[in-house]
Amino acid sequence: MDYQYTLLILCLPIVSFLILGLAGKWLSHRVAGLIGTLSIGAVAVLSYYTAFAYFGARGADGAFATLVPYNFEWLPFYIGNLHFDMGIMLDPISVMMLIVISTVSLMVHIYSFGYMHGERGFQRYYAFLSLFTMSMLGLVVATNIFQMYMFWELVGVCSYLLIGFYFTENPAIAASKKAFIVTRFADLGFLVGILVFGYYTGSFSFDFTESFTYAAGALHGVAPDASKAVAAGGFILPTALFLMFIGGAGKSAMFPLHIWLPDAMEGPTPVSALIHAATMVVAGVFQVARMFPMWIQYAPETLHYVAWIGAFTAFYAAAVAMAQSDIKRVLAFSTISQIAFMMVALGVCMPGHEGAVIDNHGSLGYMASMYHLFTHAMFKATLFLCAGCIIHAVHSNEMSAMGGMRKYMPVTHITFLIATLAISGIPPFSGFFSKDEILAASFAYSPVMGWVMTAIAAMTAFYMFRLYYGIFWGTENKELHEELKAHGHFGEAPAVMTLPLVLLTLFTVFMGWTLPGTFGSYVSATGQPYEIHLDLQIAVTSVVIACVSIALATWIYVRSSQPVAERMKAAMPRLHEWAYRRFYLDEVYQFVTHRIIFALISTPIAWFDRHIVDGALNGLASGANYIGESIRPLQSGRLQQYAYVFLMGIVIVFFIMII
Amino acid sequence: MDYSQFLYMHEEMSLLGVILLLFVTDLLFCKDSKRGGIYNSPLPVILLGVMTVFNALPLSDVQFEAFGGMYQHTPMDTIVKTTLNVGTLITFLLAHKWLARPENLVKQGEFYVVTLFTLLGMYFMISSGHFLMFFIGLELASIPMVALVSFDKYRYESAEAGAKYILLALFSSALLLYGVSLIYATTGSLYFNQIGIANTPSLLLLCGLAMFLAGMGFKISLVPFHLWTADTYEGAPTAVTAYLSVVSKGSAAFVLLVVLAKAFTIGGIKMDWEIAFFWIIIASITLANLFAIRQSNLKRFMAYSAISQAGYLVLGIMGGTELANDGTAQGMTAMVYYLLVYLAANMGAFAVINVVEQNSGKLGIKDYNGLYQTNPRLAFLMTLCLFSLAGIPPFAGFFSKFFIFMAAFNAGFKVLVFIALVNTIISLYYYLLIVKAMYISESDKPIATFRSDGYTRVALALCTAGVLLLGIAGWVYNYLTEIGMQSL
Repeated sequence: MDYQYTLLILCLPIVSFLILGLAGKWLSHRVAGLIGTLSIGAVAVLSYYTAFAYFGARGADGAFATLVPYNFEWLPFYIGNLHFDMGIMLDPISVMMLIVISTVSLMVHIYSFGYMHGERGFQRYYAFLSLFTMSMLGLVVATNIFQMYMFWELVGVCSYLLIGFYFTENPAIAASKKAFIVTRFADLGFLVGILVFGYYTGSFSFDFTESFTYAAGALHGVAPDASKAVAAGGFILPTALFLMFIGGAGKSAMFPLHIWLPDAMEGPTPVSALIHAATMVVAGVFQVARMFPMWIQYAPETLHYVAWIGAFTAFYAAAVAMAQSDIKRVLAFSTISQIAFMMVALGVCMPGHEGAVIDNHGSLGYMASMYHLFTHAMFKATLFLCAGCIIHAVHSNEMSAMGGMRKYMPVTHITFLIATLAISGIPPFSGFFSKDEILAASFAYSPVMGWVMTAIAAMTAFYMFRLYYGIFWGTENKELHEELKAHGHFGEAPAVMTLPLVLLTLFTVFMGWTLPGTFGSYVSATGQPYEIHLDLQIAVTSVVIACVSIALATWIYVRSSQPVAERMKAAMPRLHEWAYRRFYLDEVYQFVTHRIIFALISTPIAWFDRHIVDGALNGLASGANYIGESIRPLQSGRLQQYAYVFLMGIVIVFFIMII
Repeated sequence: MDYSQFLYMHEEMSLLGVILLLFVTDLLFCKDSKRGGIYNSPLPVILLGVMTVFNALPLSDVQFEAFGGMYQHTPMDTIVKTTLNVGTLITFLLAHKWLARPENLVKQGEFYVVTLFTLLGMYFMISSGHFLMFFIGLELASIPMVALVSFDKYRYESAEAGAKYILLALFSSALLLYGVSLIYATTGSLYFNQIGIANTPSLLLLCGLAMFLAGMGFKISLVPFHLWTADTYEGAPTAVTAYLSVVSKGSAAFVLLVVLAKAFTIGGIKMDWEIAFFWIIIASITLANLFAIRQSNLKRFMAYSAISQAGYLVLGIMGGTELANDGTAQGMTAMVYYLLVYLAANMGAFAVINVVEQNSGKLGIKDYNGLYQTNPRLAFLMTLCLFSLAGIPPFAGFFSKFFIFMAAFNAGFKVLVFIALVNTIISLYYYLLIVKAMYISESDKPIATFRSDGYTRVALALCTAGVLLLGIAGWVYNYLTEIGMQSL
């Protein structure tokens, strides 16, 4: 089976980007949207077909082959054997990501017809969406680290462009700059990591070997070139991998590089759903997963640091989410927390038993992480799109403008509820299954980690239901709603917006229990099928704790007056304020950058540049000017003098030559 | 004598054919001096264009000699000749509107024929294997040039420019010939190859060589043999100035490289002329830059810019007479590439200057104030060309400077490259002065909006394409590298 057509998956969005970007001015909104949506629709069809064909053809040993339909040498270095390649690689996780990206992207494209209706820059919006989709797809099918890095930067640019979509508004500009600078700063780590890696291993490929012709499943089991492994031994590889992880931490908003993500909510809500919930922000997780064989073989200890960073991020974000009043911020912190769950799942993986470098049991977390990535993409996209519907209706992000929305928006209400149940880990929704695997993997690593993650799962259930009740129940802002009703635009969103909600919810409902154990048979650390079995003890504990949290949230937030919440706020004013202000981390950054870096380092450098460097150049210029003026008489126009100079010139040349 | 040897010189012969065709046409069909007859048609341009394309087609037998070694041909010769052809073609395009003036109508035919004769002279210079042949080519390229410079003979400046040029050109030719005779006296031959074998650095030979270098330096307008340049460039008709600054200068620089490579590399003599060029290049680039800053007339300005560019061009000679360590003729390749890029940028700038002069009669830098408001596209094209001349990426000028610096650097002239780099900054300053005038400076009486004629448009399109594409299209340099390896 050849997969030559997979090139189309990358080409169609770029064509649509070019059409919309160059000719968008002359297209009507409807046509522009249709071009974008149809091209992504075609990409989705191709992706599903690819997945169907790929997962249908299991190798002889039960694993899936790593296929490279395209790979060409783009930039060779003549030193050593280094080269930058561009290509398409299909393996279980990249095919899975094709499904995730194309599905969510298609839904967002359709949804945006309603959400962005009549906005200025509609064509530009769709152009950027196409570009983003192409970049993200290119990132996941990358055949080598360098290609990954290139597309990695491209998605960063798209994110910047889309966060700053409303570029006439100051918060959007500030947020886009912040997102770009923070992630770019983190990507510096990635770049340095790539350079270190390339320098010591002589390769940019994910597995050190230069060829892609290995047999089925060999990607994860192949022994690296002995000499290279020696060269890369000791601390070099862990260092390189951790540096690359810093880039991943920036994109995936790990503490303390998470500060850009909540602000990124200034972009249009569908963009938040696509980029800042489902796809781009999981790039860091995907990156660690992509290099997982190297992590587990050469840097298992460092991998566990990643786990603890993830655990702290999950806790921190959950704590902050509990105190936010802006619904998109709550969802943003929830995203940070959930991505941290995935990171933890990868981090708690352990080398295999009985001398095997890697086995499915030790690396349960790998499967769990990818599974959670998949389910999270679907239900978090649903949550964001629901939030978009609500914001569309009440024209505000604040919970105080909502309350009691269930009466007005039944479809949004039900889909939001299902997604909330899924993220809280209530069976039979998909989130339960994936989160359960993560908890199982955490317990297998260490009970402490297991209990920490269970507690955070409980916090998740609590803040998500707080959000749910705050929007759909609780104290209704009757005044505002009456006023909006009077204008006649209050109620359920149009079908073009609710349809994606329903479709995505179907994933959430069915991805769990209809495929018991099936996800592991497609995606696992070794490539061999891995039967998912529920660890009942862990499952029951987590469900019970989640239910308790939900009950608590119900007790506090469901009624229209909330004395308990008020009392809690009054009892711990400092804590609430701190959590609401995200523990003042942004202020810390502000202080460090402005007071320390700008004042103590940048200002002197700027002074040096302005006075010394520029001064030298200005001096050169004015000196040249002066000399130019003073030698003008040389060009007198008198022919005799010219001939004389000519003759003297010969004499001088002659003397120079004989000296 | 084997007359079939003339067929080897098919480039020269076809050019001669074009000249004769134009000459005869002029005599027979252009009696009506009022309308300008056939010369108001694109015939010369088309003929030259066809000839250029025909000669640029690759040949299988690329390296050969004829007439007992008097005529030597290498693949790079074809490239350079084609480049010169393109330069001449653009000159014709530029000249069209000027020649269509009533006072020039009757002289149109002369312009084309005389220009092509100078081109023929350059052809012979390039492909010569013998000093006599070389000298005949040189004179054929010089003497008709005087007629071109003083083409507007009733205009005072043009006549003055012609007079200055002919006097100094004769002076330099005489000294060059004297130098050649000294070389003959010490080596006993006028064949480049035999001089190469026979020479031992004696004082007499060095004296001859110094005179030879001075003569060539005059043609390339290197300091201190450059003094005619500004006056002549300013007085000559603008199209002729463009021709002088690119075609004449470029051919001389290439010939100098070839002659030095053939005749003066063996023995210690290479060191001697290298040190001479070291100082000549520094003086050319630096002094020309210093003068250029203070100019107020655009053609004078371009004269100093051309002297400075000549310095960079000759940088290719340093280490360019031998194969570099990697087996490529780096210096020669870089020089030809530089010439190609310089042609596009300089011709483009002159095309703008010319069309502005023809439409408004203005040549001062101050007159260009506010050009962007009235003729934005011309101002933009001028900016592209100036950026390329200054060597700002991504325009071709950056790449050509880069390669020529690389060649000189690899040949060991690190200090020279550094000085050249510093001068690039100064040159940026004065090129940007023009840009500033066009875009930023306000003017009470800006040059009025006008439509340029079709010929100028074609010329501008060619030059812009060159400026934008020559650098990015990496195969151009690679192709030149291959040709260079076969030619040295």
